[in-house]
Amino acid sequence: MSTAIRQFFKTFLLWELLLGLKLTGRHLFSRKITIQYPDETTPISPRFRGLHALRRYPNGEERCIACKLCEAVCPALAITIESEARDDGTRRTTRYDIDLFKCIFCGFCEEACPVDSIVETHIMHYHFENRGEQIMTKDKLLAIGDKYEAQIAAARAVDAPYR
Amino acid sequence: MSDDLVNFEVNGIPLQARKGSLLIAATDAAGIRIPRFCYHEKLSVAANCRMCLVEVERAPKPMPACATPVAEGMKVYTRSPKALAAQKAVMEFLLINHPLDCPVCDQGGECELQDVSMGYGEDLSRYSEAKRVVRDKDIGPLIATEMTRCIHCTRCVRFGEEIAGMRELGATGRGERVEIGTFVQRTVMSELSGNVIDLCPVGALTAKPSRFTYRAWEVIQHPTVSPHDCVGSNLFLHTYNGQAKRVVPRRNDGVNETWIADRDRFSYAGLQSQDRLTTPMIRERGEWVRTDWETAMTQVIDGLRAQPAAECGALLSPQSSLEELYLAQQWLRGMGIQSVDHRLRQTDFSDQDQAPLFPYLGSSLEDLEQTGGVLLVGGDVRREQPMLAHRLRKAALAGQPVMAINSRDFDFHFPLAHQRVTDPHGMLTALAGVLQAALAGAGQSAPTALAEVLRDIKPDAVDTAMAGMLAQAGARGQVLLGTQAMHHPRFALLRALAGALCEVTGARLGYLPEGGNAAGAWLAGAVPHRGVAGVGLQTQGRHIQDLLANGIKGCVLLNVEPDLDCDNPAQALQALQGAAFVVAMTPFVTETLRRHAHVLLPIATFAETSGTWINGEGRWQSVPGAATPPGDTRSAWKVLRVLGNMSDLAGFEYLSSEEVRDELKARLTEAGISGFDNRVSLEGRTLALPPRPAGLQRVSATAMYGVDSLVRRSLPLQQTPEALDRAAHISEAEARGLELLGAEEVVVRQGKLTARMRLVIDDTVPAGCVWLPGGITETSTLGPAYGPVELHKV
Repeated sequence: MSTAIRQFFKTFLLWELLLGLKLTGRHLFSRKITIQYPDETTPISPRFRGLHALRRYPNGEERCIACKLCEAVCPALAITIESEARDDGTRRTTRYDIDLFKCIFCGFCEEACPVDSIVETHIMHYHFENRGEQIMTKDKLLAIGDKYEAQIAAARAVDAPYR
Repeated sequence: MSDDLVNFEVNGIPLQARKGSLLIAATDAAGIRIPRFCYHEKLSVAANCRMCLVEVERAPKPMPACATPVAEGMKVYTRSPKALAAQKAVMEFLLINHPLDCPVCDQGGECELQDVSMGYGEDLSRYSEAKRVVRDKDIGPLIATEMTRCIHCTRCVRFGEEIAGMRELGATGRGERVEIGTFVQRTVMSELSGNVIDLCPVGALTAKPSRFTYRAWEVIQHPTVSPHDCVGSNLFLHTYNGQAKRVVPRRNDGVNETWIADRDRFSYAGLQSQDRLTTPMIRERGEWVRTDWETAMTQVIDGLRAQPAAECGALLSPQSSLEELYLAQQWLRGMGIQSVDHRLRQTDFSDQDQAPLFPYLGSSLEDLEQTGGVLLVGGDVRREQPMLAHRLRKAALAGQPVMAINSRDFDFHFPLAHQRVTDPHGMLTALAGVLQAALAGAGQSAPTALAEVLRDIKPDAVDTAMAGMLAQAGARGQVLLGTQAMHHPRFALLRALAGALCEVTGARLGYLPEGGNAAGAWLAGAVPHRGVAGVGLQTQGRHIQDLLANGIKGCVLLNVEPDLDCDNPAQALQALQGAAFVVAMTPFVTETLRRHAHVLLPIATFAETSGTWINGEGRWQSVPGAATPPGDTRSAWKVLRVLGNMSDLAGFEYLSSEEVRDELKARLTEAGISGFDNRVSLEGRTLALPPRPAGLQRVSATAMYGVDSLVRRSLPLQQTPEALDRAAHISEAEARGLELLGAEEVVVRQGKLTARMRLVIDDTVPAGCVWLPGGITETSTLGPAYGPVELHKV
């Protein structure tokens, strides 16, 4: 009986509407979380796994020693490495290719690397226009590393205590 | 028998082993793993790494399993807390001075230290003090060193002393300053040196040619067989992306045990030579043009058909597979061409009808170790058959007499009971002397065939001693006709003398032919006077000497470089010059082939084709192809099969090389022959001793790293001191007589042929002789391997 009476009054007192407006009103005055993409972006975790890069030591020597652990660990078989003995007797890559169509961005390569050479940067905006461009060659990867070294190093420094 | 066995327990499992055998050998046989570094089954026990410590009940301290003989009632624990603690401690000590940078090391992934430290070591290093650094040694073009990684297991040192027979590597210094190296800075010279790469449990000694080009886990392992000598060493070829990356031994205690020669190990480096022929080529109006297989093969058949079959011939390599040799002679004989020959360096064919079914070693390789005495005639086994030399070395070290009659004082790595070093003619009289002495010892008279030869032979003390040792060995004795004997200009007489000597003393006769498949070539009918399985032919072909000396109209070359693979390069080239049509089936193309051939067909090397090789002891070894042949290259058996089809011959419908092999096998069974009889028949023959030639004589053998086209293109092998010694060797006395002392270079003259060569004064060469090896470019303009030669000042 009481439910029927309550229902009767609800039908013309707009109680539900007011409840809804209360929520709207609360959001009208609260702090907004909308981001004006692409002018603004959300914060990125230092562990974010975006486009790959090959790093160098501060003296300009490439870090990669062609140990091929990344190639071995890669679950998608996206990495192809060829190596040789350089004139100074160290092993260096003559070819370091990552096929981005195969890559699943799992980050295993980064984890396997004993010298922190292959890393995944925060770059996530890129596209290919031609067939074959998805192959990241050694030159391209080193160029990315050179360009974003500051950011890469900063991300690794932040994450260092947890490694 | 049961007295010899002792009962003991390992980890509670009751085991039995022969009294006095080592604990580690017993646990290995039972499949119980004990970690170790210095212990190696084929080497002596050093017990210096201490990794194999195990707990033995009632022993106060852990005992090294590699130096502890089993005893009755012994109770051993390999995984007890005490044993584990000992192993962990040893591992920690070993890692104190070992760098922990596995990713940069070439051994990473196949490193015993890495594996054992994973299984038995501590998780973390507690050592933070300075590590020692050792200077790397340069020990030649084959072995790379990183001496800081050395853990001083001394396997390489013991290998040099015990197996290679040359003490080249050694340990200097004590305690922390101990270093492995050559005492004086120099190259390791042993022909088996590459084995230390496999022996080294860490990355201190690695293969230099393939260094840093692959990782152990990414290569694919294929079984294969070495074609370079008549031992037929079992190999594993490792490929990466279809390319041969390295060769390691495949264990076969009957053939090569766990070792291989450097020639077998590094010949693969020639596979990627710049000389590789990758497409069929034909000559059009004097210009070489690339073409397809069909055009080239049609030209081959038309070209050969245009020449009279009796005037055509084929030179086949004794390194080709059984299938290739069989199909080659099937095809050529189908075309009416009977003159097929693989005996490229043989010069005396006068007794070829008396030759055995195939040049059998006379015993198995394993039995050679147990021999009662060996007389080696004309053979430098260390360079020609390194793994066979290893067997002879074992026999010699076990006290069995090994004797030699040679045309140079070769540096054998084992003691010779008696040796005679003499010029080629002297080899005949020396062997006759031994025979004479043996006859006298047995109270027999000379066989009528040899009566003329032996008439004026007076055996001296050495002859009598050699004959006595052979007679004492009886049926366990062996007379081996070495590769140089088979190339001797009087091979027939040497064979007759050796045969008679075996008849008198009861010894077995054996041959050491050149090439990995000489036995197969004989069985497959790749000889002009006999067909498949040694059956007689209605029309016999002409042997190679006849072909090259008397002219040839149409010629097929199978994997032969005429200027380097034939006994008489100048004659071979002249014959090809005179030929109207030459087809070369070859993996490599040279200027010589371009100049003389009319069609070039690219064929696969031994590493790239399936096939069978029969070694000297008659062992059939079939292997699949391993590496991918480059470009349009095809297996030679496939090429020959299609050539047979295109020549409208019946029976060329094989789908696999196994079918070819099985057909040949069936034909051998059908012929019902047992090929293991080397007895030489002297019936109805009369032999005479040739007159002693006057003047300086050439003596020769094929250079160790010049035996075939592949080895000649292996850069690392060609950089070894052995290969760089491309010189005329002459004794000091002889040089003084010729007024050549102090001369750097000389002009060598054989008839009208000349060559300029470096001169080395070398007293291992007998008087009246000059040593001029074959198979190298320096002598490829000269004449026969034996015969008169002149040396002149430049």
